[in-house]
Order: sequence, then structure tokens, then C-alpha cells
Amino acid sequence: MLNFRSPDTLPLVNISNAGVRRNGRWLVRGVEFSISPGEIVTLIGPNGSGKSTTAKAAIGVLKPDEGYVERKPGLKVGYVPQKLAVDWTLPLTVERLMTLTGPLKGREIEEALSATGVLHLAKAEVQHLSGGEFQRALLARAIARKPDLLVLDEPVQGVDFSGEIALYELIKQIRNRTGCGILLISHDLHIVMAETDTVVCLNGHVCCRGTPQAVSQSPEYQKLFGRRAANTLAVYSHHHDHTHLPDGRVLHADGSITEHCFPGDGHHHDDEENVHDHGEDCGCGHHTRLHGYDMKEKRDA
Amino acid sequence: MLDDFFVRALIAGIGIAVMAGPLGCFVIWRRMAYFGDTMAHSALLGVALSLLLELNLMLSVFIVAAVVSVLLLFLQRRGALSTDALLGILSHSALSFGLVIVAFMTWVRIDLVGFLFGDILAVSESDIDIIWGGGILVIFAIVYLWRPLLASTVNPELAEAEGLKPERTRLFFMLLMALVIAIAMKIVGILLITSLLIIPAATARRFSTSPEVMAVLASVIGALAVTGGLFGSLHWDTPSGPSIVVDAVGLFVLSLLPIGRRPVEAAHHSTPGGHH
Repeated sequence: MLNFRSPDTLPLVNISNAGVRRNGRWLVRGVEFSISPGEIVTLIGPNGSGKSTTAKAAIGVLKPDEGYVERKPGLKVGYVPQKLAVDWTLPLTVERLMTLTGPLKGREIEEALSATGVLHLAKAEVQHLSGGEFQRALLARAIARKPDLLVLDEPVQGVDFSGEIALYELIKQIRNRTGCGILLISHDLHIVMAETDTVVCLNGHVCCRGTPQAVSQSPEYQKLFGRRAANTLAVYSHHHDHTHLPDGRVLHADGSITEHCFPGDGHHHDDEENVHDHGEDCGCGHHTRLHGYDMKEKRDA
Repeated sequence: MLDDFFVRALIAGIGIAVMAGPLGCFVIWRRMAYFGDTMAHSALLGVALSLLLELNLMLSVFIVAAVVSVLLLFLQRRGALSTDALLGILSHSALSFGLVIVAFMTWVRIDLVGFLFGDILAVSESDIDIIWGGGILVIFAIVYLWRPLLASTVNPELAEAEGLKPERTRLFFMLLMALVIAIAMKIVGILLITSLLIIPAATARRFSTSPEVMAVLASVIGALAVTGGLFGSLHWDTPSGPSIVVDAVGLFVLSLLPIGRRPVEAAHHSTPGGHH
């Protein structure tokens, strides 16, 4: 395994205490993480937790309303959006889709399409593809650009389990071969790609973060997923110090209830003693800001 | 030869069809037909203002159409009403304001029918210069903007993420629309401009294998419709705009007939994978 994370490597994207607000409501707040070359960051969280919003803020599609997002100058992004609807009136073949945002050589197109296993569909119109085929075509398009940062918003949606394993294998290979950074949004709350370096769990803010636990080490999971999957998938155990109540309020580990859970809320964190009562894996945004508690440094140390 | 009003109309009409082709493709790909209608209807307000303020007709129509499109963008951002309702309000208010202003100006006599439905007799030599000058400008702009326009049509966020500027592209696109409306008004008429954008493009769809082919084909089909329509207009003494549209619709219906249609690929998945 190549290690691209040397201490002097500049991160591709650095998100610091970022928040995005729409119509007076915070979609996501207090987000902190960075992606370095060769690093795979996976965002997980329930529906509406701000995963896509966070990814869009990371690549500059959305401007943060607070905090800041720094991108490496000249950063080349390859993006697979969560939803992409091509109007049937637009005659667009898979081959033509490949050069949508920039020119490519015929050889590069072929390589990318065969890497994702859809070379035989090059001449097909995208409207005729199945969900899984279309997803592979979109992934091929994103990697053919040879991006520094690959942003994949639920890339395995509509793909069957076996195809999911194959796509994760492919994503791993892309990372190993090109050394690009990858921001992956997972549709699953507990199962992530085994190669993930950092998992960030969102629910309107960073609920927790950490590294996934390899499935292959646990015989039960191996039995459940099969051997091939066990090498590709990993389980992420959440360590939350708070619970999101159905009405949107937040119950904290110390029993206090607040309206929100984001930095500067003025809740129990004013009380210094209560702050570090949770596991190492928790990296709530508020801690990071209020106490300069840097998860990554601590874990790497 | 340009002395002949009919030849002038033909040259002018073909020029309009050529620039309307690619632009019309984007109108249907982006589902902006009603938007185009609104801009076109606002042209009458432009006509009225040009008479009232003694401005150049095309310039005044262009400015009003551009202002209306920017106004729409602004109102959309406020998000109080659906785009649908906003378009209805803008479209008909601009048309009505135009008609009312014209009615107030009792000292000018204008050929309202000519403005609404087109008038081939109205094409002068200087109009031809403007149409072909403007047409070349529009074509160059579309070729230059092709990639960002197409990418942001497929997905604006994807275009933005990968370094193209969808917002700026959209603004340019609207200015091009305003330009085409200002130029095309005399030939096809205010009420029918959008049909010259949409119908040839829709006709071209069936025969197109790529966006580029469709854009070129739409221009060719538009030119055919203009030619046939103008001859019909001359022959039966019908207004030029509706005649052109009738011919365009005729071509569209022909394209729907299952002649030479490739066999439907039955083996293909009927589900378009959630992207519809």
C-alpha cells in the first residue's frame, strides 16, 4: 500500500468550521475535515443530514455561509453527482458524455470506460442505460479527467451488491494508481469502503468521526458478506456523545437538551469538565473549534 | 436581386432559421419553451417603447427582452411563486403593457398584425445586414460557449464543480435569446418566434445521434420551413409567420411517421435508470 500522506503534503481541500444556510435554516454547520492526496474520506449520515451539501461546499458548488473552505489552487475535480437526469430530447451517447466538461483523447475514453466495465456501451444513449450502467458511465467520465480530487455522491446507488464490491475495488485501484484524493458519500450508515481513511458522520453537524473497522477481521461479518466483500467493506462503529431527538432537539451525554448541536450554541460545552467524556473516535465540530482538539493529529500520534 | 422583397424575405428568414436552430435545441433540452415565449411576448413592449421614445426598434426589443429575463432570474431567486406562475405573469403583463401603450399613442399608426405575426414585406436591405451580422455573432457565441452550455444543461453543479461557469453561461444564453428575438421579430412575428426555435429542434431530435448533429440539423430543417412557408405565404397571400410555422409543423409530423425508423431495440432496458 502506497502512503501518500506525508506531513508536508498540502491538503487538496481543507474545510474549517464550515456551515451552509438556506432560507434561514442551517443545512449543515461546524464541518471540519480535510482531504489529502491519496486519502479516502467517507461521509455518512441519515437522509437530509447534509452529506451532499458538505460535498458541494468542498468543491465550491456551494459557498459556505460561515467558516471557510480552502482548495489547493488549480485543483482538478471529478464529480459524480447524486442525481443526474438527462432530458430524453438530448441525444447523448456514453462516449459523448465522457467529454462533457473537457476534451479527452480517444484512448483515455476507452481506458476509463473499460476500467468501469461499460466499454461495450460506448455508443449507447445514456437514457437507455440501467441505473447501474449509468452510474458506471458517470464514474468513468469523472476518472477519465484524471482529477486530483474525486467526489462521488453515492456512487453505488442502483448497483447490486456484487457490483458495489466491484466499484469499491475500482475506486481503491484508482486511488492507488493515481494517488488522487477521494471524497465518498455512502448511502449506508454502517458499512463503508474498507480503504476509507477517515469516516465523517454527519447529522447537520459532525456527529463523530473515525476509522472503520475491517470486516475481514471479524469472522461473523466474513460469514455475512462473503470473503470477497469482507476485503472490500468495513464496519464503522459510531461513538456519539449525543442523540438527535425526533423533534430536532439534541440530547447530550450529560443529560442536557439543547435546540441544536453546533459550535457556539452555548450549551454544556461551557462547562469544561464535561467535555472530553467520550471516545477518541468522536470529533464533534464544536470540540474541535472550542478546544482545538484535533482528532487526526491525536490518532496519528 | 435584393430589390425583390421576396428574395430579401427568403435571405432574412434563412438567416434567422440558421441561428434559431442551435439555440432552439438548448431551449428544449433545458425545458425553457415557456421562458422563450415570455421573452418573445415582452418584445411588443419593446416595440411600444421604441415608438414612444423614438429608439431603434431592434435595440429596444433586445433591451426589454433582456431586462425581462433578468427580472425573471431575480424573482425566481426570491422563490415566492413558482417559475410557471412568474412566467405567466411576466409574459402577459409585458404583452398587455405593450398593447396599451400602443393604443395610447394615437399619433402613430402601426401595423400590429405585422408585429404579432410577421410581415415579409417589411424586410429591408439593412434588416438583412443586421440579421446576418447578428446571426454570425450568435453562431460564433454558441460555438464558443458550446461546452459550458451543454455541460450546464446536463447538470449545472457538475459543470460548476469541474471548472465551467454555469451562471455566467446562463446569462450569455439569455442575452443570445433576446438577440434572436429582436432579430427574428419582423419575419416570424412576436407570437410565433418560439415556435421557430422549438419545432425545427424537435423535428431534428429523431434523426440526431449527438447534440452537435441535432443543432446543425435543426438549422437545416428551420431553413426548409422558412423557405416553404414563405413560398406558401406568397402564393396564398397568408401572413408569413403562421405560414412558416405551418410548414415547420408539417415537417415535424413527417418526422413522427415511422418511415426509415430504426427498429426499436427491444433488448434494451425500458427503465431509464431514474434519469428521465
